[in-house]
Amino acid sequence: MSIDREQVKKVAFLARLELTETEEEEFTGQLSSILDYFEQLSELDTENVAPTTRAIDVSNITRADIVESYRDRDAILNSAPDREGDFFKVPKIGQEED
Amino acid sequence: MTVATPTKTQYEAVIGLETHCQLSTESKIFSASSTAFGADPNQNIDPICAGLPGVLPVLNQKVLEYAVKVGLALNCEIAPYSKFDRKQYFYPDLPKNYQISQYDLPIAQNGWLEVELLDEEGNITRKRIGITRAHMEEDAGKLVHAGSDRLSGSTYSLVDLNRAGIALLEIVSEPDLRSGQEAAEYARELRRIVRYLGASDGNMQEGSLRCDVNVSVRPVGQAEFGTKVEIKNMNSFNAIQRAIEFEIERQVAAIETGETILQETRLWEENSQRTISMRTKEGSSDYRYFPEPDLTPIEVSPEQLKQWESELPELPAAKRKRYEEELGLSAYDTQVLTDDRDVAEYLEATIAAGADAKQAANWVMGDVTAYLKESKLDIGAIALKPAILAELIDLIENKTISGKIAKEILPELLEKGGSPKKLVESKGMTQISDTGAIESAIDEILAANPDKVEQFRSGKTKLQGFFMGQVMKKTQGRADPKLTNQILAKKLQG
Repeated sequence: MSIDREQVKKVAFLARLELTETEEEEFTGQLSSILDYFEQLSELDTENVAPTTRAIDVSNITRADIVESYRDRDAILNSAPDREGDFFKVPKIGQEED
Repeated sequence: MTVATPTKTQYEAVIGLETHCQLSTESKIFSASSTAFGADPNQNIDPICAGLPGVLPVLNQKVLEYAVKVGLALNCEIAPYSKFDRKQYFYPDLPKNYQISQYDLPIAQNGWLEVELLDEEGNITRKRIGITRAHMEEDAGKLVHAGSDRLSGSTYSLVDLNRAGIALLEIVSEPDLRSGQEAAEYARELRRIVRYLGASDGNMQEGSLRCDVNVSVRPVGQAEFGTKVEIKNMNSFNAIQRAIEFEIERQVAAIETGETILQETRLWEENSQRTISMRTKEGSSDYRYFPEPDLTPIEVSPEQLKQWESELPELPAAKRKRYEEELGLSAYDTQVLTDDRDVAEYLEATIAAGADAKQAANWVMGDVTAYLKESKLDIGAIALKPAILAELIDLIENKTISGKIAKEILPELLEKGGSPKKLVESKGMTQISDTGAIESAIDEILAANPDKVEQFRSGKTKLQGFFMGQVMKKTQGRADPKLTNQILAKKLQG
């Protein structure tokens, strides 16, 4: 087993997910089998292969610095659970963190 | 900085700065919304900066250009291969729950800048401050805490995403700074550089330049660092200096009384002039960085790099050196004149138009600067163009007018421009340098004041000033002062 229950708890906490005990148990098994599956890759010799972050060999895609206003800002505001006037409204913030 | 204490332990502070600098682009870093400051809440938002699912961010070319140029100006190595990463954390001003930033392959690394510290006697100390790295990232939105002006008393919060997605360059210094003064000067120099480049307006009040400071203290001679405390919320260079000075004293006092310094973030409170604890860091944060799959890597080609390098202006440190060495200006004058690129270029244009460097510097720092403050105009917007100032200085140098007359006609030139030469001619203000004319004016004054001449000759030599004043009055200030003084002295001797 490549991941234990404590690690699952930590990852859940970092992702702000609330898991039941049953779920913790279930995900520990599932995540382990996924990780084990990927573990197969380590059979390959990658010593002389540079790390890559993407499968497609493309770089430097940029856009010109031109302003174009989005037409439907109201739709964005309305898609949030709650708004107040021009603002998104969110619950009271507890302990600060970032 | 060393702090003397009763137990004779000497402490030194170790300070590093993380500066977030908003880049002066028209649109956001990954989307086309405007970056204009002061818009109504959520006016400048779009699906990308609001973090809606299924969108594709694309890097703004200008952001890359500014980042590379700032990196070059900070003597950094520019990465031939660079990428973006996701930094995960949860906060309501961060709509995606991750910030697109750069982690292990920042665009610029291993640079330095030079600060110039001037003491009260005008002595200069120069110090090189290392730059660890500079990386591109997106800004977060802004929170308004409703129901209370304090976070703790609020019942809910309001989110404005106008700032979300504005391009930032985070510049991290090495822990090379040792005092509040050094740190403030480092920040000033950094702002000068980004302003010279046009890469950022560096406005601290509007938050386009934000400095977080890491401070720790240790006994002098100790190799390892003390526990570092991060301080935030300084919105002026003076506040940076004062916050650090406060924090050094606080930490030294804590150590002296046996307290443990907590690794924490503290906020500078401008009103009470102290730092207050904001939160304790739970270990080092686990941001779970991973490569941003939606953005392509960046490869700056040698040709592109060369092109951008060739576009760099002369930077403040180089200008200061040249002004001192070539123009013979003092260190203080040099600092004042090079602080703003437009002012420096105005001075240079005035000199290029033939004016004496010191004279030009005096006019720019004196009357011109006073006028800029009073009229709230930029130096490029005033009617007194460099060529006009050069002509005015020339009129004084070649004795067509006196310095006093020059000051008299200056307000009109500042307001309306025009030729100083024609102005003095039309007003009949040209200097009288004709010996005969000055002699006859002096003769008249002496003849009209025989008693004062008598007093002068019996030792009351201070009266020369009175005669001088009379001659000036008679000639409406047009008599050549030097010549007048010479002739007057001779005639008064009898």
